[in-house]
Amino acid sequence: MLIQILGPGCFKCQKLEENARQAASELNLDFHIEKVKDLQQIMAFGVMITPALVVDGVVKVAGKVPGVEDIKKLLVKQ
Amino acid sequence: MSPAKQTGCACGGTVTLLIPCSGAADTGEIADRAARKFAKGGCAGMFCLAGVSANLSGFIASAKGADRLLVLDGCNLDCARKTLAEKGITENIIHLRVTDLGFVKGKSPATAERIEAVVAELGKNLTASL
Repeated sequence: MLIQILGPGCFKCQKLEENARQAASELNLDFHIEKVKDLQQIMAFGVMITPALVVDGVVKVAGKVPGVEDIKKLLVKQ
Repeated sequence: MSPAKQTGCACGGTVTLLIPCSGAADTGEIADRAARKFAKGGCAGMFCLAGVSANLSGFIASAKGADRLLVLDGCNLDCARKTLAEKGITENIIHLRVTDLGFVKGKSPATAERIEAVVAELGKNLTASL
């Protein structure tokens, strides 16, 4: 599973990455996390608010930092 | 507009997205042009309703994640508001109609004066919501 964190690298981006990593780990998923900081790449996802969480190419959340349990639900929904 | 201006970081305070219907009628044109002019002021980011219609996840997630959606329809068909509602986006919406300002659909060419009147109305409504 490819998990991408879109954003400039601010505190919220870091928190989102941390929560996503914990959620995926607790679910024992085979995953890879990639940070996307380039604005052109971010815009190519149609995202206008960061941070954003992308799972296997699908934007799940933008502009918010869901908690670990909420991210688990998003990952399981795949 | 630069990419940095178009994509807002939620760390930087409230995020307002401006969503005009951009319809084919003259009032839709007024909505589109007024929205573009207002967005250039920096108080809201111009947003693409077509991306929501196309079911693109980035657009839908962005609309759901914004603090405020300034939705501008040209007429009472309310295509923009209803398109958002179809995707479950019904909260944090400030909704305006060009025809509510007295402009009659089909009889209101998009003049600078009419566009300016809508820009002013957008500003008034956004300010009132703060």
